[in-house]
Amino acid sequence: MANITTNPESAGGSLTARALREGFYAGIVSLGLFVLFVGLETTQNIRNELVLRQRWGLLLTFVLVAAVGRFLTVAYVRPWVAARKAAAVARVRDESAPDSFFKRNFNAIAIVALILYPILAMLIFGVQGSLKWVDNFGIQILIYVMLAWGLNIVVGLAGLLDLGYVAFYAVGAYSYALLSQHFGFSFWVLLPLAGILAAFWGMILGFPVLRLKGDYLAIVTLAFGEIIRLVLINWTEVTRGTFGISSIPKASVFGIWSFDVGAANNFAKVFGLPMSSAYYKVFLFYLILALALLTAYVTIRLRRMPVGRAWEALREDEIACRSLGINTVTTKLTAFSIGAMFGGFAGSFFAVRQGFVSPESFVFLESAIILSIVVLGGMGSLVGIAVAAAVMVGGTELLREMQFLKQIFGPDFTPELYRMLIFGLAMVIVMVWKPRGFVGSREPTAFLKERKAVSGSFTKEGHG
Amino acid sequence: MSDTLLSVQGVETYYGNIRALAGVDVEVKKGEIACLIGANGAGKSTLMMTICGSPQARTGSVIFEGRDITRMPTHEIARLRIAQSPEGRRIFPRMTVYENLQMGASLDNLKYFNEDVEKIYTLFPRLKERQAQRGGTLSGGEQQMLSIGRALMARPKLLLLDEPSLGLAPLIVKQIFDAIKVLNQEQGLTVFLVEQNAFAALKLSDRAYVMVNGKVTMRGTGKELLANPEVRAAYLEGGRH
Repeated sequence: MANITTNPESAGGSLTARALREGFYAGIVSLGLFVLFVGLETTQNIRNELVLRQRWGLLLTFVLVAAVGRFLTVAYVRPWVAARKAAAVARVRDESAPDSFFKRNFNAIAIVALILYPILAMLIFGVQGSLKWVDNFGIQILIYVMLAWGLNIVVGLAGLLDLGYVAFYAVGAYSYALLSQHFGFSFWVLLPLAGILAAFWGMILGFPVLRLKGDYLAIVTLAFGEIIRLVLINWTEVTRGTFGISSIPKASVFGIWSFDVGAANNFAKVFGLPMSSAYYKVFLFYLILALALLTAYVTIRLRRMPVGRAWEALREDEIACRSLGINTVTTKLTAFSIGAMFGGFAGSFFAVRQGFVSPESFVFLESAIILSIVVLGGMGSLVGIAVAAAVMVGGTELLREMQFLKQIFGPDFTPELYRMLIFGLAMVIVMVWKPRGFVGSREPTAFLKERKAVSGSFTKEGHG
Repeated sequence: MSDTLLSVQGVETYYGNIRALAGVDVEVKKGEIACLIGANGAGKSTLMMTICGSPQARTGSVIFEGRDITRMPTHEIARLRIAQSPEGRRIFPRMTVYENLQMGASLDNLKYFNEDVEKIYTLFPRLKERQAQRGGTLSGGEQQMLSIGRALMARPKLLLLDEPSLGLAPLIVKQIFDAIKVLNQEQGLTVFLVEQNAFAALKLSDRAYVMVNGKVTMRGTGKELLANPEVRAAYLEGGRH
């Protein structure tokens, strides 16, 4: 099936004919391909004999999908794409035209929408019904947004490929779990502490890998992530190994209102509301939202400060950095430790949300997912990463909702098992379509119109 | 023009077991343009990098303003105001021209940025036209200008230029050499230049060295070497650049 470009103007009868022809060929080819794979199946009958079962219906589906898909591609999708391309070329970009209101205020609108989200969910689905929306979608996505934003500092800004980021997540989670159980510290004390501990581990990782770059760095960080996980599994006296640590205390609203059922200052009791775990989830939603926004704010600020610019310069050219008097050692270490700190915050939040931590939650796959969110979103772009996290994590969560698929594929079909398959497929598609991620272009940190204001802010900080 | 700014004494530099510099002595005095010419692989760029401490010299010493900098890390050498426009320019491709220049001024935390950037723009007006453009989208000549401009933003006492004419059109090469001359004559900037373009470099230089296989084989003023028959035969005949 040769890829022949068509001229959209000559569309019409010949195009349809060609589409039909190509669709027919596609059908033939897929028939040839699938007749043995799909059309026939060997099974054992009750006497343990191998029998051939015919699945013509399924084969027909495959062939039809190929044929119709090809027909639609040739007849409609390709001319549409070509027309769009032509239109994009024809359209002279008017630089002076202001962006639409939505585009200009995208960030503000998104934040307001997120703040209203749990309230809307409660209004629409009721207090109990909102649980799923706030917890599975809201909190789950925001955790990944925060993790990806934290990793973005290391990978996106400083260009240090880190495949073991989940280690810091684990450090944060276990710091909270262990310290709260053994010493009874509250969440608000342990949150910063978990961040500091994770940052400390970031430094520990940073020192040995200072001289490494690219692939070598990736492998060492991967190993680091595995070491942390294996320590968690095997150091049973402290971590209880694979059993994990359960009944981790809940967070409270700054100690004023508690969410423990028996407590006198229980949130629902104080406000005379019916008992529900939904309030706690809503509280957690706002908590992770605040933490994620803190990450974004710090990232934006840092990018405009000498240390942030040194990170970006480091990503571009390490030798040039050194010859400009930038200390690459401290620059790398700050990137690792600040990135790790946010991982630690997210980890302690994770522990408080689950109430249970075990090494199972900190496998390499998690690192890979976080990294792929950063790459898909466009390295360095906060908005792109948030969108990627929403699409990827939200999309896989949505799979759980797609019960109608059972009607098509039979009752044994569990859509969430195809999670990674779809994740990978989506990644391939995005990378083909936008190789630099959703938001691929780097936003300059110095704007010529605001030169004074920007350069003034540079002079405040000492150089890292 | 008598006091020595930089002196390289008996420097030997190795890449693993391979000796790239075999006892090099070079001197650069305050306010002059010194140049080092030589064929590919002679060790010119290695000398440049050794002055900046990466790789460090195994024996011998590098003295800047009477201070031994042989064992100092690169970024601290840069803080002594030795600025470098390295081989291959090494600008930051995804940053804008303006941001590249800001990176150059990071030693002083941009204290003198606004006044210095205007000086750079007068020297290389092209950079002003391109200031909002990303470094990687510039032409080779513009990138070289940016690389020199970025080095100048650090207010250097010594400017090291590694093959500023590499791969550039003759007209652009002339612009860049003119700019070097202006910097030297008007601002008294000391320049140490490594070049393959021997004719243009020697014409410009107060002091010149010829390097062959990791050793300095000839030294003199630029004019002397230009007139030297050996130099002419090896580096100048066979087409002026």
